[in-house]
Amino acid sequence: MSTDHVLPAGLPPAPTDSVALRAESDRRADRFFRYLVTSAGLFVLVALAGAAASMLWGGRLAFSTFGLDFLTTTDWDAVGQKFGALVPIYGTLVTALIAMLIAVPVSFGIALFLTEVAPPWLRTPVASAIELLAGIPSIIYGMWGLFVFVPVMSATVIPFLTEHLGPLPIFGPLFQGPPLGIGMLTAGIVLAIMVIPFISSVMREVFLTVPTRLKESAYALGSTTWEVSWNVVLPYTRSAVIGGIFLGLGRALGETMAVTFVLGNAHRMTASLLMPGNSIAATIANEFSEADSEIYLSSLIALGFLLFIVTFVVLAIAKLMLMRLNRNEGHR
Amino acid sequence: MSAIAEKLYRRRRFKNGVALTLASAATLFGLFWLVWILWTTLVNGVAALKPELFYQMTPPPGEDGGLANAFFGSIVMSLLAIVMGTPVGILAGTFLAEYARRSLIGEVIRFVNDILLSAPSIVLGLFVYTLVVKPMGHFSGLAGAITLALIVLPVVVRTTDEMLKLVPSQMREAALSLGVPQWKVTVQVLYRSALPGILTGVLLALARISGETAPLLFTALNNQFWSADLSGPMASVPVVVFQYAMSPYDSWHSLAWAGAFMVTVFVLCISLIARAIIARRKVAND
Amino acid sequence: MTNLNLATAAALNLTTPSEQTTSTAKITARNLNFYYDKFHALKDIRMDIPEKRVTAIIGPSGCGKSTLLRIFNRIYSIYPKLEARGEVMLDGENILDPRYPLNRLRSKVGMVFQKPVPFPMSIFDNIAYGIKHYERLSRADMDVRVEQALRQAAIWDEVKDKLKGSALGLSGGQQQRLCIARAIALRPEVILFDEPTSALDPIATGKIEQLVEELKRDFTIAIVTHNMQQAARCSDYTAFMYLGELIEFGETETMFTRPSKQQTEDYITGRFG
Repeated sequence: MSTDHVLPAGLPPAPTDSVALRAESDRRADRFFRYLVTSAGLFVLVALAGAAASMLWGGRLAFSTFGLDFLTTTDWDAVGQKFGALVPIYGTLVTALIAMLIAVPVSFGIALFLTEVAPPWLRTPVASAIELLAGIPSIIYGMWGLFVFVPVMSATVIPFLTEHLGPLPIFGPLFQGPPLGIGMLTAGIVLAIMVIPFISSVMREVFLTVPTRLKESAYALGSTTWEVSWNVVLPYTRSAVIGGIFLGLGRALGETMAVTFVLGNAHRMTASLLMPGNSIAATIANEFSEADSEIYLSSLIALGFLLFIVTFVVLAIAKLMLMRLNRNEGHR
Repeated sequence: MSAIAEKLYRRRRFKNGVALTLASAATLFGLFWLVWILWTTLVNGVAALKPELFYQMTPPPGEDGGLANAFFGSIVMSLLAIVMGTPVGILAGTFLAEYARRSLIGEVIRFVNDILLSAPSIVLGLFVYTLVVKPMGHFSGLAGAITLALIVLPVVVRTTDEMLKLVPSQMREAALSLGVPQWKVTVQVLYRSALPGILTGVLLALARISGETAPLLFTALNNQFWSADLSGPMASVPVVVFQYAMSPYDSWHSLAWAGAFMVTVFVLCISLIARAIIARRKVAND
Repeated sequence: MTNLNLATAAALNLTTPSEQTTSTAKITARNLNFYYDKFHALKDIRMDIPEKRVTAIIGPSGCGKSTLLRIFNRIYSIYPKLEARGEVMLDGENILDPRYPLNRLRSKVGMVFQKPVPFPMSIFDNIAYGIKHYERLSRADMDVRVEQALRQAAIWDEVKDKLKGSALGLSGGQQQRLCIARAIALRPEVILFDEPTSALDPIATGKIEQLVEELKRDFTIAIVTHNMQQAARCSDYTAFMYLGELIEFGETETMFTRPSKQQTEDYITGRFG
């Protein structure tokens, strides 16, 4: 090793006089770069605030004309220029609720399968396949829903539901009506399929954060896989699991295209889940190009503002819940 | 083991068996839809494929035609969105990872960015409508590209932030200890180290915007003809698919399936490439 | 210039300054205190780093030895809420003075880190990267400079055929010598080593230690190590730190055979830490 050690004899030292000049220009460039990245960072804030402000501004006419009635009435009359958002609000909430009722247990099952049940060689390919679902554009879900799923619903599922659940005392009215195929139940199911990959991948990821020693000590006591999952893994990750669910809920509330195809665009309030309805996003997408008066347009933008506020709150809760797990992990 | 314990044990085992079977069934349930949806798209899409798609314009009702203007519009608006959204996203991500790592403002921006990441895209469309379309007085490809850029932005911010955080702090220290200023260290050393990850983020963003429909309805609208004019309405594949699928005409349905198929194939290919980059990076790091 | 032996002896009540190792101090720290936000990490450090010698800084983990090293090129200043107070003179100028240009300091004081961190570029570019920031060299001159640095770091023979290859393909020991070459390439006067072998196997460690031994002909070297044998093997002077204080400073031989403080003896003989 020492044989190739050649000393640089008689080399001049690195020039130091230019170094001071260099320092000044470096400092200036550094300051400029700092300003640049800071303003880019602030731009993210501005974008969100701008989105909220512009919709509040665009919807001001509707809010000032109708006041609170905008939230509590069901009229949606373009000719009479009277607009109330209760139907789309109701439709948004109901379809999202149906979606969550299906998606949450299924996602939990998938996450459980991918972390505890499946043989290791199967886990990555299945997880990737499920995540592919998340990548499919929502318009594809919509087309599939309209052309393939709606006929299946109207031919088999809905007659079955009307026949068996329709006569029930309390829940009956939910399942009565003609087998149109399009409607809130169909929309809810399509939404569920769309949000399953989101919720299940969050759940899978947080389940993987549970320390092995914790699970091992439960197994050492003789617990079954299910008991470990239910009594150790789930409590440990509870807040993040809720965060994942809210993330899915945020998606379901704001999803537009898939719902627009299968919801039916009807401004009517019905108890039946089998009847066409409307959602905030679908109303905007369907009617924006038809809005021929100021107040009509303003009402649609006001709807957008409502959607924005609701999803903002839901997503903020999701984020806070997810952050809680990270923080706990930091302390452990 | 006592009889009671034996009985209890059998019950617990049974419960376990039921739960795990249900978990497996849930996974099959998820995969079932995936296969069904992809199969539908494949069958209908392939049946509708024809060379005219790529050189004929979108037709009026009942006539034959292609999607050439829609492909062109989608490509132009997507590329423009990437060109606008990526630099801002990388710089904002750099701010989060390198300049505001533990500061309050950093946390707030990260929080807001994550919300923007999942926010309904239709809302961004309305935002750009009031900001660009209304003042300009008409729909435009530029407005569409700006909307898509707003969707690209949070994806790139997030991945840049995360990838830069993965660069070991000693790499920064080593470069700074050579006396190289921080901006140069960031651009020449850290970006290079985080490049595959950032590239993945850009690809994922591209996959996401290439299927976006809702926000384009209020910004770029649609155009039945070939148009390279960014200040006028511009066609895009998803909007055409939406319009044609909702119509009562069979020839339009067929074109809609062809468009849907092309978009799906494109999106899946991009996601697979992004995945491959991540996987290769993981192997390289191990 | 301070005469090291006298100054240190006076400061630390050392008894037997040896005559043959007389050297001037390259870096002198006086009343040096360091704070991590509110935590007082270094307390009133008074210490000299002699020129063209190897000075080892040892002590149990958390004693502040790395902190001290990281003050000498102000690398700590990239993190918020860290503060150094007092005086650190390099060739008679206080480097803690905010007016002291940072890149002059960094060009004079190089640093090698715990984990080898080659930049994600070719081997050649790794060495050339720092040089380019200070000098405009022709292609041929740059080739010469890179070769010199690689030779000096005793890695030339191993990489000369793959200079355009990625530095990430080298072994851990080679990567670390590459990082040393990268630091040398700027022709600094001082090189700081922060536990340079803690991530390496014994053979690679041996090579680095041998290299340090050779480098002291041209450079002033300060090395933080948690490995006492390493300090004993390759340093001329040793500083022992404990809980943020400099407990003892002296010639390595003296320190390891006849430590003057009880705490030093306890640490060296493995009774704590």
